Amino acid sequence: MNTLAATATPVLPPASPAPPLAVRLRGIADALLPALAALVITVLLFSAAVGLAGFNPLEVWGLIVMGGFGDAFAWQNTLQRAAPLILTGLAVALPAQAGRVIIGAEGALVLGGLAAAALGLVLSAQAPPLVVWPLMALAGMLTGGIWIGLVGWLREKREVNETIASLLMSFIAIALFNQMVETVLRDPASLNKPSTQPLTERFLLPAMPGLDVHWGLGVGIVVAIVCWAVVKLTPLGLALRVAGGNPRTALGVGLPVTWLTIGACAAGGACAGLAGAVEVAAVHGAANASLIAGYGYSGILIAFAARFSPAGVVPVAILVGGIAASGSLLQRRLGLPDASVTVLLGFAFVALIGCETLRNRNFWSKRRG
Amino acid sequence: MSQDPLILPRRRLLAGGALAGASLALPGALREALAQTPLTLGVIYVGPRSDFGYNQAQAQAAAAVKKLPGVKVVEEENVPETAAVQKTMEAMINQDKAGLIFATSFGYFDPHMLKMAEKYPNVRFAHCGGMWTAGKHPKNAASYFGYIDECQYLAGIVAGYTSKTKKLGFIAAKPIPQVLRNINAFELGAKSVDPSITTRVIFTGEWSMPVKEAEAANSLIDQGVDVLTCHVDSPKVVIETAEKRGIFSSGYHASQAALAPKGYLTGAEWDWSTPYAAFIKAAQTGAPMPNLLRGGLKEGYVKMSPYGPAVSAAAKTKADAIKAEMLKGGFVIFKGPLKDNKGNTVIAAGTSLDQFNPELEKMNYLVEGVIGTIPG
Repeated sequence: MNTLAATATPVLPPASPAPPLAVRLRGIADALLPALAALVITVLLFSAAVGLAGFNPLEVWGLIVMGGFGDAFAWQNTLQRAAPLILTGLAVALPAQAGRVIIGAEGALVLGGLAAAALGLVLSAQAPPLVVWPLMALAGMLTGGIWIGLVGWLREKREVNETIASLLMSFIAIALFNQMVETVLRDPASLNKPSTQPLTERFLLPAMPGLDVHWGLGVGIVVAIVCWAVVKLTPLGLALRVAGGNPRTALGVGLPVTWLTIGACAAGGACAGLAGAVEVAAVHGAANASLIAGYGYSGILIAFAARFSPAGVVPVAILVGGIAASGSLLQRRLGLPDASVTVLLGFAFVALIGCETLRNRNFWSKRRG
Repeated sequence: MSQDPLILPRRRLLAGGALAGASLALPGALREALAQTPLTLGVIYVGPRSDFGYNQAQAQAAAAVKKLPGVKVVEEENVPETAAVQKTMEAMINQDKAGLIFATSFGYFDPHMLKMAEKYPNVRFAHCGGMWTAGKHPKNAASYFGYIDECQYLAGIVAGYTSKTKKLGFIAAKPIPQVLRNINAFELGAKSVDPSITTRVIFTGEWSMPVKEAEAANSLIDQGVDVLTCHVDSPKVVIETAEKRGIFSSGYHASQAALAPKGYLTGAEWDWSTPYAAFIKAAQTGAPMPNLLRGGLKEGYVKMSPYGPAVSAAAKTKADAIKAEMLKGGFVIFKGPLKDNKGNTVIAAGTSLDQFNPELEKMNYLVEGVIGTIPG
């Protein structure tokens, strides 16, 4: 490398000894440019769409900003909606470090919630909330971890495509969940909405101090930071990224690729299971069909948009939460259909992926490749 | 209700609503009169408003009460039964100044609506379902529900007259008491025409699962069923499949007549504008929240779809006669002796369970003549 660099120096164009600051700025611009381009494309496309539907795009964008981020209430609304999405985003982003595309977090979430609800019920009779909550979280993580870990195992040991397997396993999980909630674990008092027995008030997770947002947000942010640190700063994280980036090289240097992959899948599943446990402890107080709310599927979008960065999942989840909160205001003020924010998210998603593809083709930067 | 003395002057004032902006320049008394803020309703749906079913029935009521004087309506569809619905309620209260919230999905009640009702004691909350209990739930919360099994019984009579194969089909979401009651009422209505008529039931397991509903419809039609009805959130797919396959159908929730111009017989529909108007009136006059509103045909909570072209005169006569009895009050659908489809007596001879009987809300059986089992 050193010799190469030394021989190359004289033939570099005169612009090359640029000050380090400019280089760094250019690096940041390179990283941000695709996102900015995607933003511009999204704004143009969505403005055209609402304009064609007969609405004033300026008014619509005004409401989107106001509804999602306009005042303290809007922020709480946004953060509350974002809370479960951070964890389900991680459920996709972590297996992606090992190069695996998992889309079945929904199943891990509902089973994690079910396990947490069942364990919470048993324990709430004999232990205080501060003991029960961590154990509920653990039950959720373990259940979700095993479920998606199984998908990783199928991939590594049986060569079953993990994307399809995780989706099918998700359907199985939801069927299993319904079966349990409607039969064995059903509270006989839940006549018209089959549900497990509710936890008593004392065992419901309170809101975060000073906020009207439940602890899912805090837990999600902490888990995201821990995941980011592990992936970026530890030897384990490096091994994982090597295994995901180039499995052959990883095998060559003696990395346990199989177990790294299964572990990453299990870690993702644990995040989804934890999301289910938080939903039960903080929102529903029981496991029932309301838990099947599509958070697991939203996580796919969030992880892709965050380019599978565990830390990036947090701002993207907040953005998606904000758009959901705005969608609520758009419906109420302008009578726009609920689908309008789905269209907005669709545009954003496609634009982002499209711009990322351009980056890899060196469209944005001549320095790479 | 439009002659309410408290509402009438306000309507007149509102007629010149464009003047409201200039109210600051008006003398004190008149300004005060104009400042009477109209009541804003927040209506929340779990699915799309135009689903030809459960949500559309609620949206029709919202559209009807929108015309009442001093009433403004804000709506939100596709709101899941999660913390999202709590935030939607709060947003309606904070951003739209809603004074009355209609939480129309069953799963919105506990914990979501209850939590918000405690947090906002000055806002009124109405929930579709029968869950409000005195002493247990907040006074600013309420339940409204209808005895739609009356309409299913009448639809059963019409189906009984129309069917040639004597096989009826029922596609149901979940085996919960409300759904079982509808299935049983439909079969009992049909059996009152001809005791040999059976109703085949398929549970899809989900409130909204169009693919399974279509599969179930085709499967029932393949078994010889020639009248199909359902209890799922959106009957659209079931009714369309029936029409496509050339059999008859009977609707649910709202009218699906437009989807099946040939085969649509009649249907069991909600008329939620009755309880909506009652809640609005109480809110506008400052009367206490009526906490439990429920009723059947007589009270105007449910109604029948107009008869389709395939309904015979005999069917109409019989159904109309029973309907007249229901409207008078006193017609009993569930009375002994009644056996379930496993041969057990579920209502003893001489026992009559009227519509308000809480025993009916725990229904956990399918009556004799229904072919199918309650899963689980």
